[in-house]
Amino acid sequence: MVSTLTPSGVQTASNQARPRRRRRSPYPLWFFAIPGLLFIVLFAIPTFASFYFSLTRWTLSTTEFIGLDNFILFFKEPTLVSGFTHTFIYAFLTSAAKVVLGMLLGVLLTSKIIGRGYLRSVVFFPVLVSTIGVGLTFKILLDPFNGLVNKTLAAVGITGPGWLTDPSLALYSVIGVDVWKGIGIATLIYIAGMVAIPQEYYEAAKVDGSTGRQMFFNITLPLLRPATTTVILLSLIGGLRSFDLIWAMTKGGPGFTSDVIASVIYKQYQAGFYGLSTAGNVVLFVVVAAIVVPMSIYFNRQEAPR
Amino acid sequence: MKHERRRSWIVGIIAILASIVIFLVPFAFIFLTASKTVKDAADLAFTLPTEWALFENISTVLQTNQFVVLRAFINSITLTVTSVIIMVVLAAMAGYILDRRKSRWNAIANFFVLAGLIVPPAVVPTIWVMQMLGLFKTMPGMILIEVTFGLSFCILLFKSFVSSIPRELDEAAIVDGAGPLRLFFSVILPLLKPVVVTVIVVQAVFVFNDFAGPLYFLPGNEGVTVQLTLYNFQSQTLNQWNLLFADILLITIPPLVMYMFFNRQIVAGMTSGAVKG
Repeated sequence: MVSTLTPSGVQTASNQARPRRRRRSPYPLWFFAIPGLLFIVLFAIPTFASFYFSLTRWTLSTTEFIGLDNFILFFKEPTLVSGFTHTFIYAFLTSAAKVVLGMLLGVLLTSKIIGRGYLRSVVFFPVLVSTIGVGLTFKILLDPFNGLVNKTLAAVGITGPGWLTDPSLALYSVIGVDVWKGIGIATLIYIAGMVAIPQEYYEAAKVDGSTGRQMFFNITLPLLRPATTTVILLSLIGGLRSFDLIWAMTKGGPGFTSDVIASVIYKQYQAGFYGLSTAGNVVLFVVVAAIVVPMSIYFNRQEAPR
Repeated sequence: MKHERRRSWIVGIIAILASIVIFLVPFAFIFLTASKTVKDAADLAFTLPTEWALFENISTVLQTNQFVVLRAFINSITLTVTSVIIMVVLAAMAGYILDRRKSRWNAIANFFVLAGLIVPPAVVPTIWVMQMLGLFKTMPGMILIEVTFGLSFCILLFKSFVSSIPRELDEAAIVDGAGPLRLFFSVILPLLKPVVVTVIVVQAVFVFNDFAGPLYFLPGNEGVTVQLTLYNFQSQTLNQWNLLFADILLITIPPLVMYMFFNRQIVAGMTSGAVKG
């Protein structure tokens, strides 16, 4: 309502001041021109072109139309299929962990404890550090024999596993590091959400004799819904596209046990299979769109009534 | 009350101890290993160096391979500064029009913005387009790529901030005879300062840390950026952990400095931009 009313209001105001002098809008559409051109040339055209090139055998200079062969290969070749499933595992586990841990840290860092400012900074700082730097550092820390983690475990009598060398564990170790690096954003979003909850709610609940736990489940948790939505959507988008950390830590190995779609795209590109690589891109596009778009519509609808 | 205060101390101390183990030890490890000699660093232990060699290591790192790291720093800084400046100007203009003028282009613009946030870029076709335009493997091409991929986030931030600026200001300027450019650059843009700072800081950190972008669109030794040197470095200087970590330390410093000076803006940008999702 407001948005439809204001422009006409502006119009009449300026018309009164200067009758019929200035017909041109003071908000020229050519301000969109350069961003629009960039979006179209470097984003929209490649995206549309990818649908065509994914159906070809492609060397950048020559294309040969081969129909759906790339996609068939993508879903038949076990090493490529595993990349597909790992992408889902990666995205869902990182999102879940970020929601749970982010909320816990958010509660902790908005409560009255000492060193709160320090704790907030230290939890957030890894977000800003180079992903490759973090990946390589943890690769060393998680070294099965010399790594600090396993040496510490050995000191208390536990034989640590080969975090990144054990095929059944590598993907989960990378997921752990991803959570370590990204938890700061989730925590920050939850803190912003909690600070926005009016204190009166808690005071009223306290007067009525609620316990801390009751207040958390009946006030904090429901009112944090928008924050949770944001954290889930952000970490899903990030998790499904994740590449840097995996590449720095395992390069998709050992074997193909920690490959995801993004790393498959890069490997096929490196090997010169441009058509197959682009097919991977199309698959990733469909996966991201198919998960994120319905989810954001669903969340938006849930929030609308309030 | 007394009970509550004691609890705040106990929980706080436990949290601080945990944060040291979980978050500070890795960074301390980077620093300590970067300060060791090759032999000292070889066993990857979390100990103080027997001999401090931090500055020697950093200068060795910078000189390796005909100053590749130094050149990478120059490239990264060029890339970051240029693309962030372009991004700020373009995104501020687009966000401003998107809020102020209701036209049928808005729907398309909004769609592009959301698509830019969600859709993963199609890598090889982008290279194909860049090759046709002669932009592949060039710094200007890489700058345009960073600008394009960063615009969505910035436009969202600017749009929501512009909506908080009263339209009466625009009207006053128009009545005084300001044209569209004058109106934007001398009236609106100065008012956007807080969000401009946020966008600059957040995007500078993102572009500086970008790895996949330069990996795909700016390959080769000529335009190497710092994130990639780290990568090359690790494969070339096997077992020279001290040098690898000196390099990691070097590329961690710029974001650290940013964080120390602009802590508040970064936090504001990350949350406000994120909540719009």
